[in-house]
Amino acid sequence: MSWPLLYAQLFAVNRHSTSLGKVWLSVLFIFRVMVLVVAAESVWGDEQSDFTCNTLQPGCENVCYDQFFPVSHIRLWCLQLVFVSTPTLLVAMHVAYRNHSDKKRLLQGSGRSGFLSNKSQEEELETLKTRRLPIAGALWWTYACSLVFRLLFEGGFMYALYVVYDGFQMPRLVQCDQWPCPNMVDCFISRPTEKTVFTVFMATASSICIVLNMAELAYLVAKAVTRGFRSQRKRTSCSRTSREKLQNKTNQKLLVLN
Amino acid sequence: MNWSFLQSLLSGVNKYSTAFGRVWLSIVFLFRVMVFVVAAEKVWGDEQKDFKCNTAQPGCHNVCYDHFFPVSHIRLWALQLIFVTCPSLLVVMHVAYREDRERKNRLKYGENCRRLYQNTGKKRGGLWWTYVLTLVFKIGVDATFVYLVYHIYEGYDFPSLIKCEQKPCPNKVDCFISRPTEKRIFTLFMVVTSLLCILLSVFEIVYLIGKRLRECLTAVHHSRKSVTHTMSSGSNLMEATAVKRGTTPETPAPSYMVAIS
Repeated sequence: MSWPLLYAQLFAVNRHSTSLGKVWLSVLFIFRVMVLVVAAESVWGDEQSDFTCNTLQPGCENVCYDQFFPVSHIRLWCLQLVFVSTPTLLVAMHVAYRNHSDKKRLLQGSGRSGFLSNKSQEEELETLKTRRLPIAGALWWTYACSLVFRLLFEGGFMYALYVVYDGFQMPRLVQCDQWPCPNMVDCFISRPTEKTVFTVFMATASSICIVLNMAELAYLVAKAVTRGFRSQRKRTSCSRTSREKLQNKTNQKLLVLN
Repeated sequence: MNWSFLQSLLSGVNKYSTAFGRVWLSIVFLFRVMVFVVAAEKVWGDEQKDFKCNTAQPGCHNVCYDHFFPVSHIRLWALQLIFVTCPSLLVVMHVAYREDRERKNRLKYGENCRRLYQNTGKKRGGLWWTYVLTLVFKIGVDATFVYLVYHIYEGYDFPSLIKCEQKPCPNKVDCFISRPTEKRIFTLFMVVTSLLCILLSVFEIVYLIGKRLRECLTAVHHSRKSVTHTMSSGSNLMEATAVKRGTTPETPAPSYMVAIS
């Protein structure tokens, strides 16, 4: 399992996403995963080997590094990207379930009718595989839930990073007095400015993704509301025309009687 | 997830690009991304490990490295390459949006309805503007990063020795950069290829605008020609009918084209 495989999985679901969902996927993989892999990982590559403390006491550097970096930024971002991508798989599972039940219904229907040819059945099955399901009904709820989970995970990880590191800035010097350090020891972090730049970059990209997800959720809700109004108007116009038809019939009957 | 992922994403862009655009994409992937991956990354690979300061003071080396290299060249170029190649995806997305609109239109009105776009991939209307805007964005990104490298490192030179007096260094300490000449060569190479890409994008914009102006002028010229042609044909027709009738008209009646214009 690697990033390209995850991308392949998410790209397969992309067909059933909204336009904002497609933009979100591009932003996620180009500006977050790619930047993480080609640039950020090398910045944090030597974070422990070049974490230097002003002491010769063995073990002091290890203990101080562990105190100030309980979970490395890189690992937090990897976890964040994995968690944020997984709700989309909920939509993939729902689509797969729908396709499976439609396929079963199609095969049962063709078995009952009997005269449906093999070729037309194959064509129907092919369209089933390549069709794009509209985001309505149960799929709408699954999609909306996946968006809510995405927002929760993004917000949660951003907050966790902010709390663990007291902000998005990396200091040059930290002071440590954990045992076995003999006294308050100065420890120097490697490449703090570069790390701050990348932390801010990843936080910005995460915020953009949060905004995109919120816009997508708002769009879905608006679409559902307008669909509800339209169907209500159709129902009232249908009932009106049926009442008019009934009235016309009774009028005709009355005329005939007269 | 690496540069080949980006290359596969952008492989479809060539269909909608001009010749300049295709040359630009080849330069970016051959001379910038490939050189970055196979050569430049290795030159900067040991940049902090082999940055040596003439002091035994712990932490002085870290602090001096951070002071003189706030953001490494390699990371700046990685970001530059990602940002410069992404606008092309806007063109792909716009074409995909047009094709989706066409498909929905066909579903709504049937197969034999009037097409919304003659050719979804041709740079007309909105797609022309998207393409030109992506070129402007690419120029902006390249120029910004070239300026950033110049501004942060006060030029494109790499001195062999730098003097550092940041705390906790006890005094003005001599620090030595690893492989300064090689770094200078690669920095100049990346700057020159960026400038070349900027130039290509500028030529492409000029070409696109020139082509559009020429098309507009030819269209205006053709419409004027067709108006005069119908006017003259209309007057010829009038004379012919007058000859048939045996009378000569004093003034020809205005033709239909002139009447409706």
